[in-house]
Amino acid sequence: MTTLTDPPKDQFRLSMLLYDTRYRSATIQVIALIAFMLLAAWLISNTAQNLAALGKPIDFGFFKEPASYDINQRLLDYTSRDSHLRAALIGLLNTLVVAVLGCATATVVGIFVGVLRLSHNWLIARLMTVYVEMFRNVPVLLWIVFIMAILIETLPAPRAFRGADAEASMLLGDSVALTNRGVYIPEPLFSRGLGDLHFLGESSLRFNVSLDLVAVLIVLAVGFWVSHIIKKRADRLQEETGVRPATWYLRLGVVLVPLLILLAILGFHLGYPELKGFNFSGGTHLRNSLIALWLALSLYTAAFIAEIVRAGIMAISKGQTEAASALGLRPNRVMGLVILPQALRVIVPPLISQYLNLTKNSSLAIAVGYMDITGTLGGITMNQTGRELECVLLLMLVYLVISLTISAVMNWYNESVKLKER
Amino acid sequence: MSKQIAYVRTEMLPQQAPPSTSVGAIGWMRANLFSGWLNTAITLVSLLVILTIAVEILPWVLSPTWGGTSLNECRELLAAADHGSGACWGVIRERWIQLLFGFYPPELYWRPILAFVLLALALAPILFADKVPAKLLVFSAAYPFIFPWLLWGGMIWGPLAAAAGFVLGAIAYRVVSGAFSSLLGVIAGVVVALLWWLLLSGFITGLLDSILPIGLEPVESRKFGGFMLSITIGVVAIACSLPLGIVLALGRQSDLMIVKYLCVGFIEFIRGVPLITLLFVASTLLNIFMPPGTNFDIILRVLIMVTLFASAYMAEVIRGGLAALPKGQYEGADSLGLNYWQAQRLIIMPQALKISIPGIVSTFIGVFKDTTLVSIIGLLDPLGLSNAIRADANWNGIVWELYGFIALIFFFFCFGMSRYSMYLERKLQTGHR
Amino acid sequence: MKKSVFFGALTLAGLAAGAAAAGTMDDVKARGKLNCGVSTGLVGFSAPDANGEWGGFDVAVCRAVAAAVLSDPSAVEFVPTTGKTRFTALASGEIDLLARNTTWTFSRDVDLKFEFVGVNYYDGQGFMVPKELGVSSAKELDGATVCIQTGTTTELNLADFFRANNISYEPVPIETNAEAQQQYLAGACDVYTTDASGLAATRATFENPGDHVILPEIISKEPLGPLVRHGDNEWGDVVRWTLNALIAAEEYGITSANIEELSKGTNNPEINRLLGTEGTLGEMLGLDKEWAKRAISAGGNYGEIFAKTIGENTPVGLARGLNAQWTNGGLMYSPPFR
Repeated sequence: MTTLTDPPKDQFRLSMLLYDTRYRSATIQVIALIAFMLLAAWLISNTAQNLAALGKPIDFGFFKEPASYDINQRLLDYTSRDSHLRAALIGLLNTLVVAVLGCATATVVGIFVGVLRLSHNWLIARLMTVYVEMFRNVPVLLWIVFIMAILIETLPAPRAFRGADAEASMLLGDSVALTNRGVYIPEPLFSRGLGDLHFLGESSLRFNVSLDLVAVLIVLAVGFWVSHIIKKRADRLQEETGVRPATWYLRLGVVLVPLLILLAILGFHLGYPELKGFNFSGGTHLRNSLIALWLALSLYTAAFIAEIVRAGIMAISKGQTEAASALGLRPNRVMGLVILPQALRVIVPPLISQYLNLTKNSSLAIAVGYMDITGTLGGITMNQTGRELECVLLLMLVYLVISLTISAVMNWYNESVKLKER
Repeated sequence: MSKQIAYVRTEMLPQQAPPSTSVGAIGWMRANLFSGWLNTAITLVSLLVILTIAVEILPWVLSPTWGGTSLNECRELLAAADHGSGACWGVIRERWIQLLFGFYPPELYWRPILAFVLLALALAPILFADKVPAKLLVFSAAYPFIFPWLLWGGMIWGPLAAAAGFVLGAIAYRVVSGAFSSLLGVIAGVVVALLWWLLLSGFITGLLDSILPIGLEPVESRKFGGFMLSITIGVVAIACSLPLGIVLALGRQSDLMIVKYLCVGFIEFIRGVPLITLLFVASTLLNIFMPPGTNFDIILRVLIMVTLFASAYMAEVIRGGLAALPKGQYEGADSLGLNYWQAQRLIIMPQALKISIPGIVSTFIGVFKDTTLVSIIGLLDPLGLSNAIRADANWNGIVWELYGFIALIFFFFCFGMSRYSMYLERKLQTGHR
Repeated sequence: MKKSVFFGALTLAGLAAGAAAAGTMDDVKARGKLNCGVSTGLVGFSAPDANGEWGGFDVAVCRAVAAAVLSDPSAVEFVPTTGKTRFTALASGEIDLLARNTTWTFSRDVDLKFEFVGVNYYDGQGFMVPKELGVSSAKELDGATVCIQTGTTTELNLADFFRANNISYEPVPIETNAEAQQQYLAGACDVYTTDASGLAATRATFENPGDHVILPEIISKEPLGPLVRHGDNEWGDVVRWTLNALIAAEEYGITSANIEELSKGTNNPEINRLLGTEGTLGEMLGLDKEWAKRAISAGGNYGEIFAKTIGENTPVGLARGLNAQWTNGGLMYSPPFR
């Protein structure tokens, strides 16, 4: 606290710690800090004593031991001889996969439903209300097991596809199979592929990067960049002359043509799933556990997002719509150009917390046997090694980092769409 | 232009009825369902969806299996009635009481029922402040002591001693703050209450228990199960998290840097981790954090962790309430010469809490739904019980009936509460729009 | 104000729970209740009925111990535990005894600091497949989807078995037996693997049990038994010898029907020592003379319990197999009561 004049040079008395506002806040803070440190010390000393009594000192050495269990859904290579650390990493990636998929789907469905709830069509508005209330008022865990049960019970088993007069058949020209073990879709393959880059050798954190994928991404990025330049030029022309040149074929072309050429060079083809032995092989296998979790989380969160979107749209005053109509904009342009950009400012902050909720709820994956980080690190690893303290603390740390990252990214986005007040 | 006019109407025509396509059911349908090709398509698709679902589900729901005593008997009943596939409602008939009360002794069911009825009574003056006499607030204040006593039973002296701690603390606060400063008063109140709870109350309740054994038959918390467990966890967590949340929210708003960062750290930590990890802490670690030899049962540990969880969310709700108060209220309080605590107690909190009620209700709905997670750590909440029921040889293989029943009850509770909170929001919003 | 709910509950629970530091036996006696950890639900082994009464093969062990120590087979608090929470519940003193089809392994015994007091069921991990798949050996399961119950040794055995035989498979981890059964029946997995007893129990409840076969391979040894905390030998002895008393009772032909008669004294000194009419075995354990008599009367001898809960006349329908008395070619063998 700075003051212009020197404070009166009183003799410092002990009672000033309590009565003098200059010192009182410091007193309270010191007391609070001491109390907090005492509490922490008490907890730590209890823990140390208990662990000593149990004979289990804190030790992260078990991470190097072989995990000895298999994981079905994995983005990186993994065998049961790999370490617990690698199993945790695989689980972490699975968590991120379902969180990203879920957030994206929930946003799309949520906006769709939120807009439809305001529709003039009585039936669809009511139907969407029923959907929102149904999902919001039943626990998400129940929805996860429920959707899993629906997938298992209603879809055909792979063996139903077998034989000449099979009970079930594949969709889209024998390229997609919906089974109660999951969905098999064609996978992209490259017959003249560039191979992989291996990083970090044999360590637990090793990973491969497919050069094909890198090449495709680079070509796509360059294409979009050129397309963006073309758009800029068209905008400038429109502002200067009032006439907008038709550029859509050019913009499509600079993205697609190089991509197609690259794919042809790499020998791109699709690998179709095929029934072999017990299961389909080939193709990409989206397991039921992933689909159930993904669907349940995104439908559940979408119900909340729909409400947020609806509230956001309703918060925009009717005058905005009327003014936009007066300018001659058509209803969908009104929504896209006038209402949504303004509603976004109201929508984004609660949307962030819904994304956080979805990510945290993905920890319920164990209910359907999806091996996310709670299933590996907080599940089988904890169970087999008996290292509860280390596993649970690490698990919390991982989720905390994920949550804080999402908050940071979304807050940064929120700042950028916020109304710049002068 | 000839001036001849062939025909001039001299009187008004009688008003005709509007065309039948724009009034009545047809008109309504044209306006609301078929007002364009897109709307028509949407309507038809929606109708199709509704019909398919109804055709699929209704025969299954209307199955004559209420009397079945095992899955096999249900199958026989279905075959006898020539019904095709259908639900086996016998499991609900046999187990619904268990799904509601868990393993609570049947002769004592009146206690949880009474506790929850009284809960409604205690909440009434808060939730429907304009319709219920404010005198009932005295009962609301006493209720937190009645609730655990009714559910857990035991001597009446335990809850009374706990209440006495608050009374003693309040007296100490009055006396000391009258004589010295209010800060000293707060400290004295807390110290006296803590001394009473930690040192004296155990001895005195023990003495009273032996002299005047008035009480209910104790029921251990592991007998709790089913929806009773869910509601108990939800109610206790919200009730306990309210004071914690207020303290955290005030801490977060305060100018005191260390206090502020401690509160922010706690809130963000709790909000950053999933509830399930906190439940793992409850089931595996909480005993390790306590002094060696302490041991309290799993339901209490879960209550503690869920309370901490809820308090972080509660703090954010109350912070929202505080932020929504116009600055003039703070300045008005200052200008009256009230100190911080007086201003909080008399001006800020009553208003901030009132605007926070919808948020508190939705936090409660969230916590109530999240109580299903305790099934993952082996507690027998409705979802956990459904697994235990499916482990009974008679009911092995039953899925939909149990999930459906549980979902229905959750829906019933949560929908009711969310309607209430919407009603409240509308009521609070008048004047702002 | 409402903080008091917490304090009230805390004091109540503090009174109810008591400290775990003293000898477990004294705790149990002081409490008047035995806290026994069981499975949250496994057909035949432990499940609550409509009145909340627990029953089953593992539950019977708890009841026998309660009868021996507290003279009341119903003085048991059953604490449902999952595969994940069972060991912490025992280590923390929340339960006195864990009877939850738990496999006796080296690391659990030594590293996790528990003491397995014996084996009440010799099991092994097996495979069940639908008959229509035409599989006759586990080695033909290349590429199959396998349902496993997580939180057990099962998934480790499975990984080892398939790795050793160089067969690929797709694991589907599942939390509870009920869900595993649902997935298996719907064909979401080709194979269901768990302990052979669990397989038999599950198959018995199917609509058409005959459509499913249990493969001949047993890929692991799963000695299931009750366990207590390491280091409390008095308590360990009580549980160990209660279990042995049940097994020995079957060997000597003591049943719940004839126990009253036999306890009046017989010509067989071993029976007399067991039932307390001779010697001071009970006092050596810190119990009274009739401890074993009460334990056996609680649910009958080992054979009776087996027959009542999981035997061939129950829906579970397990044969005695390895769990027959050693005199009948099984492994059930109680050390002598002497």
